[in-house]
Amino acid sequence: MTKRFISIWFPYLSTDRYALRDPALHHTAFVLRAASHGRMLVTAANAIARSKGVYPGMALADARAFLPSLRAFDDQPGVNEKLLHRMAEWCIRFTPAAAVDLPDGIILDASGCAHLWGGEEAYLRGMLQRFSQKGFQAKMAMADTIGAAWAMARFGNQAIIRSGTHIEAIKPLPPAALRIDTATAERLHKLGLQQIADLLPMQRKALRRRFGPLIIQRINQAAGTEQEFMDPVIPAEPYQERLPCLEPVSRIEGIEIALQRLLASLCTRLSNEGKGLRAAVFRCYRIDGKMVETSIGTSSASANQSHLFRLFSLKLSALAPGPGIELFVLEAPKTEDYVAAQEPFWKGSATVKDQRIAELVDRIAGKTGKASIHRYLPDEHYWPERAVRKVSTLQEEPVTEWRLDRPRPLQVLPLPEPIDVTAPIPDYPPMLFRHRGKLHRVVRADGPERIEQEWWIQEGQHRDYYAVEDEQGCRYWLFRSGHYDAEKTYRWFIHGYFP
Amino acid sequence: MLAGKADMIARLQQDILLLQGFKPAPVEQAGQGPLGLLGAAFPNGCFPVAAIHEFCCGGMEAAAATCGFIAGIVSALMKNGPALWISPAPGIYPPALKFFGIEPHRILFAEIAKEQHARWAMEEALKCGGLSAVVAEIREFSFTESRRFQLAVEHSDVTGFIVRHKPKNLATTAVTRWQVTPLAGSSTSLPGLGFPRWNVELLKVRNGKPGSWPIEWNRGRFRFVQQPAKLAPLPLRKIG
Repeated sequence: MTKRFISIWFPYLSTDRYALRDPALHHTAFVLRAASHGRMLVTAANAIARSKGVYPGMALADARAFLPSLRAFDDQPGVNEKLLHRMAEWCIRFTPAAAVDLPDGIILDASGCAHLWGGEEAYLRGMLQRFSQKGFQAKMAMADTIGAAWAMARFGNQAIIRSGTHIEAIKPLPPAALRIDTATAERLHKLGLQQIADLLPMQRKALRRRFGPLIIQRINQAAGTEQEFMDPVIPAEPYQERLPCLEPVSRIEGIEIALQRLLASLCTRLSNEGKGLRAAVFRCYRIDGKMVETSIGTSSASANQSHLFRLFSLKLSALAPGPGIELFVLEAPKTEDYVAAQEPFWKGSATVKDQRIAELVDRIAGKTGKASIHRYLPDEHYWPERAVRKVSTLQEEPVTEWRLDRPRPLQVLPLPEPIDVTAPIPDYPPMLFRHRGKLHRVVRADGPERIEQEWWIQEGQHRDYYAVEDEQGCRYWLFRSGHYDAEKTYRWFIHGYFP
Repeated sequence: MLAGKADMIARLQQDILLLQGFKPAPVEQAGQGPLGLLGAAFPNGCFPVAAIHEFCCGGMEAAAATCGFIAGIVSALMKNGPALWISPAPGIYPPALKFFGIEPHRILFAEIAKEQHARWAMEEALKCGGLSAVVAEIREFSFTESRRFQLAVEHSDVTGFIVRHKPKNLATTAVTRWQVTPLAGSSTSLPGLGFPRWNVELLKVRNGKPGSWPIEWNRGRFRFVQQPAKLAPLPLRKIG
């Protein structure tokens, strides 16, 4: 069977993408720009701008000189590639093999597909219609080889080249249609080789010597004497498992069995691919058309069936089966590469990365909320409230040492509480203070330790901290906020308790 | 003959302790380990790990003293793994744990406001063999729950500490009950605060001897407080 290929070309891919976002742009001339060597270059121009003489590659200032109303937007590199990839995945509805053809096209292997769509004409017409409905102008051609289809889509005006006639069809096209670089195409043009027909009778040896091996390869590929391979896109299969039931399920035992089965197949697939899930959603479709769902999250990638089942089992009782459930779907929207936990060499030398601890954290977080369990790492701030940083992962290690050079209380108040103080000036610790109605007589004291506000984060007064001990031996962390001054803007606070 | 009898009694006592859930201390740990200082007060002569310890306190000052004392014990246990600290609200200031020889990032903090959930989390954590110690600030728990805790630790070798603020129900199966209060005075004549020091009361201990000791945390270990020295008054100058 002869091979048939379709090459689709999007002449205005970037600008069509912009116009989709803002339909008003359909009626104005606009370009996309990017900085290059200290000036702004036009990287793409829409059809109206092109009809007025603006072409990609020209300086934006030149274009604005003769078209002052020209609008310009910043070009985002890399977006077109992603868009083409998504389009190629979408094209799998027309043929099983679709490949991205950078920078602005798609190649489809349509061998044996056209008759399913009512012949080649209807096939191409339907495709073109779908693309224009989606807002993309496309030009396409179908031929026996990728090279011929590519050439005809961009340089020809014939959509379908009948099987076996592709060499004849591309003969009148310019040499640039052979997918060669612009420098070679210009040299061929200068030498008077205006058509592919001029190149074909030439000796291959002579062509190779003058223009390099690429042009020979391209001619052979277009003619079909050299096979060309395409790299079809493979759509990512979602991590989803389904279990339809013959009879509606409404008992918790039935739901548990369904969940166990779905988890077993999902975990097998995940562990075969070396992945683990971070989040999972269990959806139950009821026979009355309603859907109930519950979800879990894990602190590290996991493909452990029994652990995941325990996480779910805490929440299963909240699912209302109603008249019965006919379809169970388990989906893992978030997966990560799973690094198999290494068994500890010495038993008992467990770290926080231990698998058992990760599972415990998941269970507690599943019951009481994700924010309820965490660790603290040192942060490079002197201000006591900012000296520690909450982290929720078990993997992160501290980058700085914990400090030991300043006394810090073991218990702190969530907010410092104001106290009444008798203190000798200038900078002595208090003699006595009253907190929550109770008078404390200070016997021993350390300090002051001045901690300045970090002005780049927060404005305010500094703090002078004292560690004091009262007659009962209780130890407190007090501070005065601000200097002693005539306006009496300073205040005393208690911030914590030493052990 | 007499020596033979004493031997037999000691062996029988060991067997009874084993039946009651106290594992004999490894040879190199006797008199060492956490709180080796008070060895004679405990069954088998060493601080019972893989058990539940109960601490009663009232007021923030006593709570801070209790947490400091627990931190000193946990630092010795944490060679075997990280610890979990369950509290109803954020109260512990992690950098201070470093003064008791604990790497604060090796402690997991769980803030659980509901007591019922905190008890559930405590039991789950006590079953988790990867941890070395679990500290929970729980006010009340029933006798049945304390037995569930005890059964959990016997399987997993985790040591549990429960800090209780002014508790009502004292009928529990905890191996020990403690009360830690701050102690006035300083062991040096130097000005300033000196080492953290507490009056540690062992109110109840199964198969041991209750008692009361003045203890301080001195350069990375517990020591008995030396007799207090006279303190020079602070040089103060009153103005205004």
